[in-house]
Amino acid sequence: MSQVLELRDVRLSLAGRPVLHGIDLTIDAGEFVALMGANGSGKSTLVRAATGLRPISAGSIALFGTPLANFKEWRRIGFVPQRAGAASGVPTSVREVVTAGRLGRRRLLAPLSRADKRAVADALEVVGLADRAHDSVATLSGGQQQRVLIARALAGEPEVFFLDEPTAGVDVVNQRALATSLGVLQERGATVVLVAHELGPMASLVDRAVVMAHGRVEYDGKPLDEATLHSHHHPRLHRHDHTPHVGSPLDSLQERR
Amino acid sequence: MSDLLSHSFMIRALIAAAVTGLAAPTIGTYLVQRRLALLGDGLGHVAVTGVAIGLLTGTSPTWVAVAVAIVGAIAIEVIRERGHTNGDVALALLFYGGLAGGVLITGLAGQSASTLQTYLFGSVTSVSVADVLTTIVLAVVVVVMCVGLAPQLSAVAQDPEFARVAGVPVRFYNVLVAVLAAVTVTVAMRTVGLLLVSALMVVPVATAQQLTRSFRGTLALAMGLGLGAAIGGLLLAAYLSLDFDANVAPGPSIVLLALTGFALTWPVGAWLRSREVAHD
Repeated sequence: MSQVLELRDVRLSLAGRPVLHGIDLTIDAGEFVALMGANGSGKSTLVRAATGLRPISAGSIALFGTPLANFKEWRRIGFVPQRAGAASGVPTSVREVVTAGRLGRRRLLAPLSRADKRAVADALEVVGLADRAHDSVATLSGGQQQRVLIARALAGEPEVFFLDEPTAGVDVVNQRALATSLGVLQERGATVVLVAHELGPMASLVDRAVVMAHGRVEYDGKPLDEATLHSHHHPRLHRHDHTPHVGSPLDSLQERR
Repeated sequence: MSDLLSHSFMIRALIAAAVTGLAAPTIGTYLVQRRLALLGDGLGHVAVTGVAIGLLTGTSPTWVAVAVAIVGAIAIEVIRERGHTNGDVALALLFYGGLAGGVLITGLAGQSASTLQTYLFGSVTSVSVADVLTTIVLAVVVVVMCVGLAPQLSAVAQDPEFARVAGVPVRFYNVLVAVLAAVTVTVAMRTVGLLLVSALMVVPVATAQQLTRSFRGTLALAMGLGLGAAIGGLLLAAYLSLDFDANVAPGPSIVLLALTGFALTWPVGAWLRSREVAHD
């Protein structure tokens, strides 16, 4: 099977504080991977490093077998950033936001092609928002706006989707709608890397879970059921979370135990 | 009214006002989208220094202002991107530096404040044929770029991270918007003046978005409103000046007309928004 993403000993610091301590991770084509962990575990940072948004301090990242620095085929990557919403300072229709997903495939100054229009219509159909295409995105609920952002990534017809916490702050109805959309992507053979705090209705789609804690991969394998998962990381949550992490030698000794 | 149009200075003024009214809101739409509505004002202040350098060195104040405003725009963009200083603090520094530098250098040039005032508040009725041609060329560049590159520019403003992962050269487009804003500021310098230029960039956009639901709709309506305000304001100023023997400058009347448009549409927008919420 071909490799979509390969990380080798990836280290990354934000403002001098180490956030990723040597991550090794390989994701193959067609996998549906959930990247899980508590807040501050480094899961979002990992995705931002993999998409080139955050420079790494050591190690190597390759997308589709090409080192990140030389990677040019961005149309193969679909990114759904972690955002409060899809709205900006000027009214923008749902269809316009989704059409932005075609940018990697459009030529400069060229009008929308038939293929562009078809991909946008299809993406809106998959997330179930075709009837809202002409509404201003700001009038949609938070969960609906997340679905618009997924449709935007989908419109580019990428091979891999990186979704950064699409379910954060989204109600159960919209979480189910998101799960349905992601199910369609999975059926179409897309690779999905989903950053999530909790899986909820998406649990049945996941075929591999990578659990992170303190910038390290702590578990990599079959998804754990919710109960095991919670008993697994709750004690750590109480011990470490919410305190600033200082990268002293003593700390890393303790973590390595 | 036909009396007014028989003056050739009035024809020149109308052309200058029309192209400014079209160009200013096109770039203004992207500034509002990025929540940088005051960038135009900041660049206007920087351009004051450019005008003053032009007066001091005896070169064309317009072209020196274009150059200095572009340098200022790139400086703001670099400061913003590096994130060392808060965006609005960076703007404030340029506001004060630009204005103080401009007034000081104008003094050094031995020019009176009234020379500078024609640039600060516009003097559209005194524009020369060369001025009109310069204004048209610069305005056409701004409109063609802003409309032609709308997919790229709006995507970058809407969600820079998504655009970057889609392979769009985000930094290039950010600098392009800043440079086009700088060019627009100097285009509008003769019509509404450097101190009111931001109004013509932002107010038509704020008015348009009371009524629209899409980006393209906002852009098109803002251009129409800008054109209407610029021509209407100019005619209003000329009418008041000639028929009532008043001394009304076109800059303020253009801006006040644009603001009147906003005041009239705001209640409509509020009503539309309340309906949309109820509809959900």
